[in-house]
Amino acid sequence: MNKNILLCGVGGQGIVLTSKLTASCAMKKGMQIMSAETIGMAQKGGSVFSFLRIGKNIYCPMFGKKQADIIIAFEPAEAVRMLPYLREGGTIIVNTRPIMPVTAALKASSYNGTEMLDYLKKYTDNIITVDGDKVCRELGSPKVLNMIMLSEAIKSGILPFTIDDAVEAMKHNVKQQFIELNEKALRHNF
Amino acid sequence: MHKEFLMGNAAISRGAVAAGLNVISGYPGTPSTEVLETTAKINNGSIYVEWSVNEKAALELGAGAAYCGARSMVTMKQVGLNVASDPLMSLAYIGVKGGMVIMVADDPGPISSQTEQDTRHFAAFSKLPCFDPSSVQEAYDMIQEAFEYSEEYHTPVLFRPTTRVCHGYASIDVKDESEYIKNIPEGFVKDSSKWVIFPRLSYNAHLNIEKRNSELSDIFSEYKRNMIIPPSDTSCHKGIASHGISFTYVQEAFTDKDAPKILKISTPFPFPEKLAVEFLNGLDEVLCIEELDPVIERELTYVCGKYHLSTKIIGKLTGNVKNAGENTCDSVADNIAEFMEWDKKINSDIPTTPELPVRPPVLCAGCPHRASFYAVKQAMKGKKSVFCGDIGCYTLGNAMPLDMVDTCLCMGAGVNITQGIGKIEPDTSCFAFVGDSTFFASAITGVVNAVYNQADMTLIVLDNSTTAMTGHQPHPGTGRTMMGQIVDKVNIEAVLRGIGLKTVETVNPLELDKAIDTVKRISAEKGVKSIIFKSPCAVLIKSQKPFVIDSNKCINCKKCINSLGCPGIIISDSNVRIDESLCTGCGLCSQVCPVNAIGGEQNE
Ligand code: SF4
Ligand code: SF4
Repeated sequence: MNKNILLCGVGGQGIVLTSKLTASCAMKKGMQIMSAETIGMAQKGGSVFSFLRIGKNIYCPMFGKKQADIIIAFEPAEAVRMLPYLREGGTIIVNTRPIMPVTAALKASSYNGTEMLDYLKKYTDNIITVDGDKVCRELGSPKVLNMIMLSEAIKSGILPFTIDDAVEAMKHNVKQQFIELNEKALRHNF
Repeated sequence: MHKEFLMGNAAISRGAVAAGLNVISGYPGTPSTEVLETTAKINNGSIYVEWSVNEKAALELGAGAAYCGARSMVTMKQVGLNVASDPLMSLAYIGVKGGMVIMVADDPGPISSQTEQDTRHFAAFSKLPCFDPSSVQEAYDMIQEAFEYSEEYHTPVLFRPTTRVCHGYASIDVKDESEYIKNIPEGFVKDSSKWVIFPRLSYNAHLNIEKRNSELSDIFSEYKRNMIIPPSDTSCHKGIASHGISFTYVQEAFTDKDAPKILKISTPFPFPEKLAVEFLNGLDEVLCIEELDPVIERELTYVCGKYHLSTKIIGKLTGNVKNAGENTCDSVADNIAEFMEWDKKINSDIPTTPELPVRPPVLCAGCPHRASFYAVKQAMKGKKSVFCGDIGCYTLGNAMPLDMVDTCLCMGAGVNITQGIGKIEPDTSCFAFVGDSTFFASAITGVVNAVYNQADMTLIVLDNSTTAMTGHQPHPGTGRTMMGQIVDKVNIEAVLRGIGLKTVETVNPLELDKAIDTVKRISAEKGVKSIIFKSPCAVLIKSQKPFVIDSNKCINCKKCINSLGCPGIIISDSNVRIDESLCTGCGLCSQVCPVNAIGGEQNE
């Protein structure tokens, strides 16, 4: 079965690694994959995304609007920005902590994410909110948000692989000293 | 053969290595950079890999190697080819012995470039064959074929993927190492009638090139990657012509619908004319879906005229497809829906979103460029001055609140733009900002020009010991090469003194007061003088302990935010705070705060 997955957030949140792990899990299962992600200047604090497509008869790495089976959003406003890509009945997983851009600080804007979350709740049927900050604190590191988000996505049952697959893939993609922490984060709600 | 999940650029590198690559050179530039980097990573020592000082040097090196029978590849982004165009144009006449592929990545959008130029035009202009892959798998396969054509026809060839192919990932079939070609270069064989360009030689070469290209047009009509996909609905007299990643968008659009006849062009030059005639045969109307310029559209229009065909060709030239920016699945689907006269998709309107925060890219927290720009800004406060920027991370110094980049054109241009402004506005203090890598790539001759022609200007070299923007490549000032050697650093201060600058001072911009004083003092001098702001890129060094704002001392004046725009300083619950996950401990803000509320370790 084909799956269109969209990861989004802000440069520096670890989206690229999450996308890589998702891809290698699917690879392991012998599935065909294509993906595309933001590379370059925008990575410096800009909006970043990663499109992933798993399955047969896929021609290009990026899909069009209303085609994502799942959006994994690391930041509420980025979730809203990418919402047009969600297909009807698709699922959105969103981290609740907003990241304020420098421009907002300059203008002393009041952006705090609640408005975004309200919007998402109002216009989507399947929304899973994640207090990534809280889980990070429990695990004792701010650097595992990406594992937490992946974990939630697997728990939703939409990704075509298990948490064990993800742990296995993670072991091949992160430095030795971070494996234990990442494994804990991946398994935190299993 | 086995499967691997690869980025397009990695696939290009792997394909070239499988084709017996001996030498690869290039200059970093998004979206081309990873081709050379991958090659350096997988190199078993048999391939010579270098980041050259600029694209011109890279291309000349690749030519020299190919003269010896080596298989060489040169990598750059599209605007890099402008720099390398001088050797390119002549090399087209001289030709090569070993296969030589010039990999030029185009950037529709543009996503990270100054222009939306289309390298397919450069192919026609230089009369060199051009390959245009549409997917990661095709890029892998096609680069190998490009080497074969190059060697068979003794000519360099262009290979031009676009961003979405370069940076797309796919699980693709790749060769096992046992299947790789091994190319052993014969060596340079002297023959001045062959390797020395003279008008007489060029005349004959020109004749041969034209002959070869018309032959190649026929051969490319048979090339399997140029193809006609027959219509699934044979009663349809419409056709679609496409190329590159856009071709895959066209395929996507027809996954659940009857498709008309489709033409895919993989060699835009020489254009496969016979294939085009066969395609146009029986068609009333053809839509061209292209990115960048309407190259195929013009070719098809020409073919129609030449063969008296009545097919109507539409696309960018007729206003049916937008003529700037990149295509997407959605934009192509819309173009096709209109062309095929499909019922309009009912756009169940997405309700208006709350105002989304804009996130322009900014200099990293702890970036030394922020300090350099701020120092110059403070020093020149109230004086009439102009700040000419250049290409690199430091272009981001244009953003508020720094607002310190008045011009930016192309690599190295700032130096002489500054000179030009100074000639017309002698009462303005003129500054040119240039990064270390850009300095080596193309600013040195500009400085010589300014010195010789008696300019009054201050050259600010932002030396962070890397090529940061494209992902931290080494350059002549870093003392490292892509072959892993540690070499003598080319010293920027010595270069400037050698050119004849009397005043050259090196300062750490993070020592703010000293930096400001230096700028005040030196900018007041006559002639060309230089300040080298030296401090390593924040991404490359280990962060120091984050700074903390003492909420008892902070008077909430927001000077730190409004003067520096560092992403590490945030407002939470109306308090100014430092985000410790971002702060690198550079300490710049602590030197800006009027009440000393920001402190390092001593604050705890
Ligand atoms: S990568 Fe380095 S040079 Fe570029 S903005 Fe970040 S700190 Fe500055
Ligand atoms: S500059 Fe100092 S006093 Fe003003 S907001 Fe920043 S930390 Fe507070």
